[in-house]
Amino acid sequence: MNATVKWFWYASPQTFFPLAGTIARWCGIGAAVLAGLGLYIGFFVAPTDAQQGEVYRIIFIHVPAAWMSMFLYVMMAFWAALGLAFSTRLSGMLAAALAPTGALFTFIALWTGSLWGKPTWGTYWVWDARLTSELILLFLYLGFIALRAAIDDPRRADRAGAVLAIVGVVNIPIIYYSVSWWNTLHQGASVSFTKAPSMAATMFAGMIVMALAFWLYSIAVSMVRVRCAIREMSGERG
Amino acid sequence: MLEAIELDCTRGRRALFRGLSFGLRGGELLRVAGANGSGKTSLLRILCGLLSPTAGEVRWQGTPVARLREEFSRQLVYLGHAPAVKDELSAAENLSIACTLAGLAVSEAAVREALARFGLPANDVPVRRLSQGQRRRAALARLSLSGQIPCWFLDEPFAALDADAVGITEELIAQHVARGGGVIYTTHQDTGIGGARVIALGTAA
Amino acid sequence: MVYRDLLLALRRRSDVATALLFFVIVASLFPLGIGAEPSLLRSIAPGVIWVAALLSSLLSLGRLFANDYADGTLEQMLLGGAPLGVIVAAKALAHWLIAGLPLVAIAPLIALQYDLPAHLYGVLALSLLLGTPVLSLIGAIGAALTLGLRGAGVLLSLLVLPLYVPVLILGAGSIEMVAAGLPPGGLLLLLAALLVGATALAPWAIAAALRISME
Repeated sequence: MNATVKWFWYASPQTFFPLAGTIARWCGIGAAVLAGLGLYIGFFVAPTDAQQGEVYRIIFIHVPAAWMSMFLYVMMAFWAALGLAFSTRLSGMLAAALAPTGALFTFIALWTGSLWGKPTWGTYWVWDARLTSELILLFLYLGFIALRAAIDDPRRADRAGAVLAIVGVVNIPIIYYSVSWWNTLHQGASVSFTKAPSMAATMFAGMIVMALAFWLYSIAVSMVRVRCAIREMSGERG
Repeated sequence: MLEAIELDCTRGRRALFRGLSFGLRGGELLRVAGANGSGKTSLLRILCGLLSPTAGEVRWQGTPVARLREEFSRQLVYLGHAPAVKDELSAAENLSIACTLAGLAVSEAAVREALARFGLPANDVPVRRLSQGQRRRAALARLSLSGQIPCWFLDEPFAALDADAVGITEELIAQHVARGGGVIYTTHQDTGIGGARVIALGTAA
Repeated sequence: MVYRDLLLALRRRSDVATALLFFVIVASLFPLGIGAEPSLLRSIAPGVIWVAALLSSLLSLGRLFANDYADGTLEQMLLGGAPLGVIVAAKALAHWLIAGLPLVAIAPLIALQYDLPAHLYGVLALSLLLGTPVLSLIGAIGAALTLGLRGAGVLLSLLVLPLYVPVLILGAGSIEMVAAGLPPGGLLLLLAALLVGATALAPWAIAAALRISME
């Protein structure tokens, strides 16, 4: 069986449509189960932190959300680049479907970060390197979404968005390093974000389970969005 | 020399044409006819590589133009709807810059001659002060310098021109065809250039 | 091509002057909002000058391709005999000469307003000299992407400003390093590296974006 042929067969929106439905259903169920399990571990199994007390439990949402926010941008750029290279409509749709989820996770990471910061640092916002990078990442997501929204022609939207996503992905490491360097120059916030030296195994397990739940959630939601996009496209043709 | 193969074009939600195939040989004149909005401009833009067709391809001497890019660009002149002249520059400056951009080396005397042919003075008056028709003339003056470029694509070349200028343009086109060049132009009115093959774009569903 | 854009700018002098004036006004507003405490002004000067430079470069970027797009010249550039990457690089260079270089020239004036010590002028000019071309190059990608869209101006700033962050940090940071008595060499080298990277990569992104926008 020729593998490339098979991949392109799945890349056709019409054949992908029912598959996306199945994936969305199973991943959605999986996400719900794992999220329940992760939250249970996070709230009931994991031990109370010696220094921070109960507040630290927000990291079960915060850290996986921050992982996802960065990972989804890379995925988005990957699909966008693929779409640009092979001009497959489905890749552009996937990139577009990932963007709102990525922005959502970025926002959750920022929000939970500031909720955690209030009792821990005594302030909602600290110009910490990671928080600042995360904020800029949110702007990048919003820029991508706004650019796509401003373009009427779907093909142009796909391709223009792809160029932007690729430019963004090249810039993210540069932004991250410059921001963390900037943070060391201005020693305003002397709190470092480094993790507690020894992380309990249950804590780690909780975070991994939550991260998996977020993964499945992202897949499920983007599949639903892709289905919408496919329907819209076939509506245009008919 | 130029072949269009099974071209489809969809703009926004509307299919303009489907499965359009034709060829252009040297010394041939082709007129694209059709009502407003039938896709004449889109077809021309596809042919010169500004727009990629929804399906199908355009080949220049057997090679798809998408792969040739500037190599193909050097073989063509495209004059679009917009006159592509800068308001702040004089007609002569505009013309010599346009030619440089296209990769043509032209002398100042040649520029003056080309402008004179279209009845434009080669002075420093910025194009801003010229009338709409004179601007078109300034844009078309490029044709009289483009004799050695094989393929001409002209979008509505006769719009906003008086009878005089139409005459000069028709003469230039006829000369180019006689020289063995290919010309494709669009118009929605009939014009008196003889021997043109017509591609009619209907309103495809 | 560079010659053409410079010629156009020369015929439309007021545009260049507006961007420059904008830079000066933005920089002059900060003391009015914050107060004229000299030590405070000295400490915010590098940041203010750099933020004003970002905004003023953004202001002129909107017109980078828009005029050529409107009158059809951009189509001619796409069909030009030279590779599009070279043409857009030339346009970005022209934009820098028109919008970036004057900022470098006028920045000492702002520095004077902010009572910046004289030994910082050199690094201020050098950082602007290295950083503003990067702004032109990155900004041109945004300008090409938003070409012909509704609300292009606001969208352009949303797309481009986050990408300007490293230049801002390195540019303002290098001045602060010198102010703190440290050598700025490393940061200026990083800024130069950004410039080299942007020069190598941005033209292709701009060209790709323009082709997409012209369809």
